[in-house]
Amino acid sequence: MKTRRFLSRTPLHVTILVFALIWLIPTLGLLITSIRSPSSIAGSGWWTVFPKLFSGGEFSLENYAGVIMKQGLGQSFLNSLMISVPATAISTLVASFAAFGFAWMKFTGRRTLFIILVGAMIVPLQMTFIPILPIYSKIGLAGTFPGIWLAHTAYGLPVATFLVQSFMAGIPKDLFDSAAIDGASTMRTFWSIVMPISVPALASVFIFQFLWIWNDLLVALIYLGGKPDVAPITVSIANLVTNMGQDWELITAAAFVSMALPLAVFFGLQRYFVRGLLAGSVKG
Amino acid sequence: MIQSRRWEAWLFVGPALLLILFFLAYPAIATIIRSFFGRGTSLLGPNVEFVGLKNWRFVFTNDAMLVALRNNALWAGVGTTCCIGFGLLLAVLLDRVRYERLIKSIIFVPTAISGVGVGIIWKFMFAYRPAHLEQIGVLNAIVVAFGGEPVGWLIARPWINNFALIAVGIWMFTGFCMVILSAAYKNIPRPLFEAARIDGANERHVFRHIVLPLLWPAIAVVTTTVLVMILKIFDVIYVMTNGNFGTEVIANRMYKEMFIFNNFGRSGAIATVLFVLIIPFMVLNIRRFVAQEGGR
Repeated sequence: MKTRRFLSRTPLHVTILVFALIWLIPTLGLLITSIRSPSSIAGSGWWTVFPKLFSGGEFSLENYAGVIMKQGLGQSFLNSLMISVPATAISTLVASFAAFGFAWMKFTGRRTLFIILVGAMIVPLQMTFIPILPIYSKIGLAGTFPGIWLAHTAYGLPVATFLVQSFMAGIPKDLFDSAAIDGASTMRTFWSIVMPISVPALASVFIFQFLWIWNDLLVALIYLGGKPDVAPITVSIANLVTNMGQDWELITAAAFVSMALPLAVFFGLQRYFVRGLLAGSVKG
Repeated sequence: MIQSRRWEAWLFVGPALLLILFFLAYPAIATIIRSFFGRGTSLLGPNVEFVGLKNWRFVFTNDAMLVALRNNALWAGVGTTCCIGFGLLLAVLLDRVRYERLIKSIIFVPTAISGVGVGIIWKFMFAYRPAHLEQIGVLNAIVVAFGGEPVGWLIARPWINNFALIAVGIWMFTGFCMVILSAAYKNIPRPLFEAARIDGANERHVFRHIVLPLLWPAIAVVTTTVLVMILKIFDVIYVMTNGNFGTEVIANRMYKEMFIFNNFGRSGAIATVLFVLIIPFMVLNIRRFVAQEGGR
């Protein structure tokens, strides 16, 4: 009985295995290639390493040293951090302020303005570059970190504000009443009551914004114009592919450097990650 | 509502509104206007002349643009269908095995990494070398092992290279479809399946008459979301072929006209085409997003 059940389920397991292999092999090939020497990469396929996997000797981290030191990828990695961390922090903060205002404060046009803010999700980023770039060039923001911080902040705002607003709207009103009795100002209420309570929502927003900005190529190409001193890692690697497309030892190592941080976030914070991803998929 | 002075509210919502106005609302309108003016990199000025519908005629008659439009249609049709088909298949199959979580993680990984990373991973899979050399790309190694001639996956036009690229897109977005559809599938009450089976329904009937109708809302959500992501596809193309060999897509063409050819008029018209194409799906997405997230 048991074996029959097992046999009848074999096609199921085989189908799943085929899918798993198709999704695993490409990334595995990249990883293995990145620790092989240039001559062995060119001489044989990466899968030929398996028989001699445990004899060692063939692998080294030299390619990584090469891309980080000689190809300036270390600098690009830092640039990516310099772009994504402040941009994520600023946009989460601006979104929190707006979310609180829209959830709890009275002012004319509150509903209409909120609809406009959320509705701005509909605008694809491609629609924004042409008018903004000339203005950026004129006022000296093109090719600077503050310039790209502002742009990323704005692009993330519709989704971020909406997510945080719906969370803050659910805070019980009693909390604000007691704060008012204690004579707390609006600003104080915001910082000492609202923000600490909203940490779960803020975490999701922070993660999706961070990953989105870290993985972004297009916005960086436009506003940073590929200047090596400010270019993030995605732009540097894309240039590497254009200029040294056949130097697989460099390109595979570089690609893996850029993937390390998102993969760590992915495996470490999967719960927040899935929610954040859903939000990110509706971003302009 | 809380007690606060009137100006205080503007202090809170003002920065966000100003940023949205400057970075999203104003540019959307300015780009449409710019599409009726000629080449050059300034917004509107003495050197930029009004050209009427010239850029728009270019968008719908130029050979390279027609290729881009055709490819985007191919991406949208084939790419979206396969992502949803595979996602649905995996959602249903993985529910029946004990190692579900592991496989889900593996298939979901590509969603975490950048289009640039995915592009490089697959460029290496597609690597091509002449027949007398040893193949270092997995796909050509398989082809040669079966006695075939190595294929220039990213060069052979018009179908092999476009389908190769679309396969990369499917690899990238299937995980997203699988996660959403799997969550919806697990929400279907199990007794429904049992009851149908007792009534003599086979697995195909159960799928066709119970699973599919109940999953319909989730399938609609995934379809619109993936369609928008696919219509805006850029990074993968930029890294893998840069639109050469007949693999151009709208977003890459828009970037080229803007940054390489400095023709803001044409580029504006192309961006507007992209905008119009995604509007219906984005409206559905936003409404669904607002209903779902706002309901909590």
